Amino acid sequence: MSNNEKPQKTTDLHIGDAVPGCKKKDPMLVIDHVKKTFGGLTAVDVEHLEIPSGVITALIGPNGAGKTTLFNLLTGFDTPDTGTWSFMGTSLSGVPSFKVAQMGQVRTFQLTKALSLLTVIENMKLGAKGQSGESIFRALFPGFWKKQDADIEVKAMELLKRFKLDTKKDDFAASLSGGQRKLLEMARALMTDPTLVMLDEPMAGVNPALTQSLLDHVISLKGEGMTVLFVEHDMHMVRHIADWVVVMAEGKVVAEGPPDTVMKEQAVIDAYLGAHQETDLGEVTGRINIIKGEDK
Amino acid sequence: MDWGSILNNTLAGFLTPTTIAFALAALGLAMHFGFAGLLNFGIAGFMAIGGYGYAISVLTFGLPWWAGMLVGVLGSVVFALILGIPTLRLRGDYLAIATIAAAEIARLLFLTTAFTDVTGSADGLFGFNSRPDGSGFQNSNPIPQGTYGFGPFTYNEQTLWVLVFGLIVLTVAVWFLWALMRSPWGRVIKGIREDEEAVRSLGKNVFAYKLQALVIGGVFGALGGIIYTAAQNISPGVYVTSLTFFIWTSLLLGGAATIFGPVIGAVIFWVIQAFLSNLLPALSTSGILPVSTTQASTLRFVLVGIGLMLLVIYRPQGIFGDKRELTFVK
Ligand SMILES: Nc1ncnc2c1ncn2[C@@H]1O[C@H](COP(=O)(O)OP(=O)(O)OP(=O)(O)O)[C@@H](O)[C@H]1O
Ligand SMILES: [Mg+2]
Repeated sequence: MSNNEKPQKTTDLHIGDAVPGCKKKDPMLVIDHVKKTFGGLTAVDVEHLEIPSGVITALIGPNGAGKTTLFNLLTGFDTPDTGTWSFMGTSLSGVPSFKVAQMGQVRTFQLTKALSLLTVIENMKLGAKGQSGESIFRALFPGFWKKQDADIEVKAMELLKRFKLDTKKDDFAASLSGGQRKLLEMARALMTDPTLVMLDEPMAGVNPALTQSLLDHVISLKGEGMTVLFVEHDMHMVRHIADWVVVMAEGKVVAEGPPDTVMKEQAVIDAYLGAHQETDLGEVTGRINIIKGEDK
Repeated sequence: MDWGSILNNTLAGFLTPTTIAFALAALGLAMHFGFAGLLNFGIAGFMAIGGYGYAISVLTFGLPWWAGMLVGVLGSVVFALILGIPTLRLRGDYLAIATIAAAEIARLLFLTTAFTDVTGSADGLFGFNSRPDGSGFQNSNPIPQGTYGFGPFTYNEQTLWVLVFGLIVLTVAVWFLWALMRSPWGRVIKGIREDEEAVRSLGKNVFAYKLQALVIGGVFGALGGIIYTAAQNISPGVYVTSLTFFIWTSLLLGGAATIFGPVIGAVIFWVIQAFLSNLLPALSTSGILPVSTTQASTLRFVLVGIGLMLLVIYRPQGIFGDKRELTFVK
């Protein structure tokens, strides 16, 4: 593997003990009493949770833990039964999803939403914010948007190169493979220059070599000051890039802390492994072995 | 059989006020369905509001023809807003049902005897294109009296004036749609057709875009109704649901997600209509078709229906659509 360097981890993020719901020094998202039920099933029930700014936070938990539902609630795609949450100090309760995205909190979907009959480059350009040609009156006269559109295209091509999709530029997104669509969706989200990017299983179905390069990219996003919150089932990957890990089970936050320590907590092992308690979490969940060395 | 006259009448279908009206309305559906993915089965309602808005403004309120036409257009904007604000949050197929219902409501309002003074009820309205006070559309006709053109394309000055005016309106509408769809605005609209939630997640106000698309397509529909009405009397019997389906046929013939497709589709539709409506009765008269002449001319609608079915099954992208852009196959 090309890059086995251990990425620089940010530490010392929390105040007091690293227990579920602990305070952060510089929180970006603050969630209080958010609860969502589907009929009799409580999908999400988060008492208090803070997501730290400027770092990479992983949200993990077994299938059906409520991670995607929490994403939907935080981004305005679903409304909770109760609860409040704020993004950089602004309350987001009742704010429609498109406004949440405009404020800089952008998400991707677990079930990929590529815009099939738009080309790859059109998908990308759609992501850019503040386009004057998107207002109906200015749209009629290219003088208002030609130059901006060209700049957006340059930026889109740079990202596409990074995601190894540049040769597919003029193909319909419908013709991409499942993994390529995942990549396109992530690249498109980055076109919005988000402050907080929320990725729902961004690497599912992406081959290991590319995963490594994308992980490097995610780490560089952090370098540029972006905050990342991502859902991932692969513990190797989580250990590799996350600065902070939040563990959910049955809708509740059961543990949180730095990756090295949190995975050893009994609550996490219980939630994930049940009977196979002597096995290493990474062994069970890992798809890739890029960072074998560092796990020890 | 008189093949000469059949051919002549068929060719005449190329360019008539009705063909232009269909092209405009089909262009409106291209905006709605082809680009924005909005299933509008009420385009006849938009056309009726355009036509009646024009006729009523002139007859009842004494407005000059151009102001009357503007009222027709404004009427369709209001209709689109009333229709769109409650329904655009619904899933696509529910919008289809709501639009059919709304178009029927509009038609029945024009048909009911409650407003006979204004709408003329079942008889419709007439006498609004030429006005005694000189404010009518035909009073502004710059073309001197006479006969123009050749062969099947022979028109009197009145029809020619409608054609010239209609072609100008159609050209502007085609330019407008083309200019919009190549812009970033058009990109958002096409994105919404593919997946609203994805577009929303990128910070676009999907509802506002859908409403804009509904209004623009609706205005095109109203302009179609206005051109249709500028050439003849207006009657509620025209704006029935089958008109909506004929416009859909024109759209799908040409290609839903194209700019020129709807225009060419309308032309093809009317050429085929003209051909069948001349051929079938002739076949029946000469005893080849064992039905009466009246039955024979109704038969063409059966054939149009079969044609529409074959089209959506075997060539859903239309004649001009990109093969890869199979609008029906997702
Ligand atoms: N729209 C819905 N209607 C009913 N139940 C739902 C709905 N969405 C989610 N659920 C339920 O809520 C629970 C949490 O689902 P969620 O999708 O949030 O899980 P997850 O943590 O993302 O799981 P995975 O890792 O498999 O993606 C599940 O039990 C699921 O069945
Ligand atoms: Mg999920």
